[in-house]
Amino acid sequence: MDILQIRNLRVYYQTLQGTLKAVDRVTFGLKTGERFGLVGESGSGKSTLAFAIMRLTKPPAYVAGGEVLLNGIDLIKMDAVQLRTHRLAQIALVPQGAMDSLNPVLRVKEQIVDGIVDHATGREQKKNLAYRVYELLEKVGLQKEVANMYPHELSGGMKQRVCLAIAISLNPKIIIADEPTSALDVVVQRQIMLALGEMQKSLGLSILLVGHDMGLMAQFADRIGVMYAGKLMEIGPIEKVFKNPLHPYTQLLISCPPTLEERGEFKGIPGLPPLISDPPPGCVFHPRCPITKDTCSLEAPEMIESEPGRWVACLQHDRVSQ
Amino acid sequence: MKPMTNHIFRVASYGRRNPKSVGGLAVILFLVLFWLAGSMLISPSKAEPISGLPDQPPSWKYLLGTDSNGRQLLPVMIVGTGLTLRIGFVAGCIGVCVAIILGFLTGYYRGLLDTLIMGIVDILLTIPPLAVLVVIAAMTVEVISLNSMILIVASLSWMLPTRTIRAQVLSMRESGYVPMAKLSGMNDLEIIVRELMPNLLPYLAAGFVSATASAVLATIGLEALGLGPQSLPTLGMTIYWAISFSALLRGMWWWWLPPVIIIAALFVGLFLLTAGLDEIANPKLRRSI
Amino acid sequence: MSYFLEARNIAKAYGGSGLFHKKETVALEAISMVIKENPASIIGIAGESGSGKTTLARLLMGFIHPTQGQVLYRGKDLKHITRREKMTFRKEVQAVFQDPFGAYNPFYKIDHALYTPLKKLQIVNSKAKARQMIEEAMEAIGLNPDETLGRFPQELSGGQRQRVMVARAFLLKPRLILADEPVSMVDASLRATILQSLRKLNKEFGISILYISHDLTTTYQISDHIVVLYRGTVAEIGDIDHVIKDPKHPYSQLLVESIPRPDPAKRWSHHLTAFRSHESDRISRGCKFAADCPRVIPNLCPASPPPLYQIQRQRAVRCFLYKDAHEISNEEMSKVLDP
Repeated sequence: MDILQIRNLRVYYQTLQGTLKAVDRVTFGLKTGERFGLVGESGSGKSTLAFAIMRLTKPPAYVAGGEVLLNGIDLIKMDAVQLRTHRLAQIALVPQGAMDSLNPVLRVKEQIVDGIVDHATGREQKKNLAYRVYELLEKVGLQKEVANMYPHELSGGMKQRVCLAIAISLNPKIIIADEPTSALDVVVQRQIMLALGEMQKSLGLSILLVGHDMGLMAQFADRIGVMYAGKLMEIGPIEKVFKNPLHPYTQLLISCPPTLEERGEFKGIPGLPPLISDPPPGCVFHPRCPITKDTCSLEAPEMIESEPGRWVACLQHDRVSQ
Repeated sequence: MKPMTNHIFRVASYGRRNPKSVGGLAVILFLVLFWLAGSMLISPSKAEPISGLPDQPPSWKYLLGTDSNGRQLLPVMIVGTGLTLRIGFVAGCIGVCVAIILGFLTGYYRGLLDTLIMGIVDILLTIPPLAVLVVIAAMTVEVISLNSMILIVASLSWMLPTRTIRAQVLSMRESGYVPMAKLSGMNDLEIIVRELMPNLLPYLAAGFVSATASAVLATIGLEALGLGPQSLPTLGMTIYWAISFSALLRGMWWWWLPPVIIIAALFVGLFLLTAGLDEIANPKLRRSI
Repeated sequence: MSYFLEARNIAKAYGGSGLFHKKETVALEAISMVIKENPASIIGIAGESGSGKTTLARLLMGFIHPTQGQVLYRGKDLKHITRREKMTFRKEVQAVFQDPFGAYNPFYKIDHALYTPLKKLQIVNSKAKARQMIEEAMEAIGLNPDETLGRFPQELSGGQRQRVMVARAFLLKPRLILADEPVSMVDASLRATILQSLRKLNKEFGISILYISHDLTTTYQISDHIVVLYRGTVAEIGDIDHVIKDPKHPYSQLLVESIPRPDPAKRWSHHLTAFRSHESDRISRGCKFAADCPRVIPNLCPASPPPLYQIQRQRAVRCFLYKDAHEISNEEMSKVLDP
């Protein structure tokens, strides 16, 4: 059951050089209670997509088309009033660099309460609010004392957990986390991801994790979507995608990064990511693709369901070897 | 100097998208043109007293009329604009040079020097500038010359630019290219001049404009009170004479109105320029990519 | 006999000065290491934020001076070298930094970053010769000079900028390159070329590399030896394969375990003790890891700081779990990797 459905979403940038297609006809669904990992390198459009889902797109970017269906209701077509009740109350975003965006002059409890008070319909008693803050802190694994502290007194991991607490403060159904651990150390990263996982299980959330680290995706996600230059290349369950990727880009993303298993040659993906102002013809990945054929530069592949639950946009996907 | 021309081109093309600074610059350039062209067409001796009949309203002979001392007011405006611009410009230059030196010294080296100089700056900033200027000007017993005016006014226009420049240097010295420059064998002075200063050009320009603006304001303020170069027909002195001779009550609008218009235009120009430079310096204010 | 670069029991502390009685923060304590000209090796310094690795880099580059101990360049203390010796030092010790965006002055083209050291360090005196050296260095790194030179930094990608930095470091034919998180801000698919270049500089041109990073995986791939830092102290030293495959210090073990493996079959265990990292400024008198250590020995670990134990040839651990092994002093630390 898809709680969130993105259909043919297009987000373009209007610049002096023309129209840049940052997100180009992306379609996928987030199931209830699922952990979906959206992976892509910088410039793939994944953060733009996250912002577009939340209707936070700012000029010169704009949503050029498509639908974002939350329980069947299109968020793109909502007006400002409806949107406010839906945002944070149903979907919460923990954006990149959230922990650096905490207000340095407010205590933690004031920042958590901020969102609750804004959305409160009735009269939330002061006592209830305090209790709610402690409850939220506990859910993210922080002690009560943190409520009275200022952001600069907290470590990076703690600040990020405060951001998570703010995200769940209105009991959303969905959390979109954009690179939640990018600036954190490896052990703290593990803690945060485990905490996020615990929260997901205990609150029955659906999580959209946006990131670039395949390792993190492997550790956390149930299903994964691979983005490149604004387009989705592959979608599928995590084990199947890692064991048997259908798209050559996915294959490279999995096999290239160095591992702790053995020392060897450094492998990368040759070439550079394309300029979205001047994308290559046909398949946007073909200039860097190891198995490209002539047709790939002529025809842009569509997403097809190669087996139930697995989609891929590649004309040569049946040739992608183990 | 190639990167310099490149930079100028980039700035110029940006001007198209930054109408404020272009507008401000245009107004000021117009005033400069007014002064220069005017000086060539009309002899400045006509701005002297008793060059024409006193208290004459505008006519074909005296285009802007004359004042009670027989000065012809159109030449007075031309000469006065030039004088006021000169005072402002030179004082502004002095102010910004002092601000650059102090701003870089304190911002880059910090330490005791920083504490001392910024302490002085902070104290001076709290004193109402006009009060200080009045005291200084009143203490100068003999007739104030143009150069003394410039110095008096420059003496209080350097503080705010110093703070601005210092603040920028403080953050710039943490830039990644500073350790790279050290690794390349550059010493501190070279780093300041070759690495930091070019990036500070918008702020230096803004500092210059702000120093000039405060200098012009100070000079007009002092002159209007009579504490200026009495023998020179600056804009502020013209206003002083107009007040002394009750030009307003006597309905001699051609005496007090032209200087007010020119002063207003000068300030509009300086203000627009400052706002435009602000946009360059602060990318968040920019409206295009 | 003097080594090329030696850190002799150095420590760096901040604050703690008289007037305001600020608490003293110890950024780094008790490290000794040596870098020899021959053989050229790659030493990895692994540590998370607050481990002191950046401080160590700055001390070795001579940007700051230790509050204890000495940093010796060919036997001379860096605090007291002459101007001429400093120029030679800058020629022989170069660096590649983490941030490809900030490392270039946006006012100039990237050529400026390449010509400046050649000019200032008086390596060449003609622009033509300089240009030739620059082109050779860029080609050695696999960059096309015609495509890259003459551009402003904003016109190049992060990966390209970083490679130009490596070319710049190599340009001066140094003996040692300090690479401080050289690939952490570069896309994963582009990291390979940069790491490959560093490896080439080491193997083909005999340049030693100090690879400082919080990313154990790339450190593992490129280094020969590793020094694991935790909150300013050395936790473990040894050969790279041994330390990564069989970490001895509980912190090293935690680090290696916490790396997200790109394999859904090998997920993190959920048994993670409440690792509070630097949440409180505890000035503990004992082992710095004691409060978070899953194998802590009560009454011993929190009470006194453990010394360094040499448990094998070229392997040392600062942990009481190995107290039966031979104890070595902080000065002797440098001998672990240099028997």
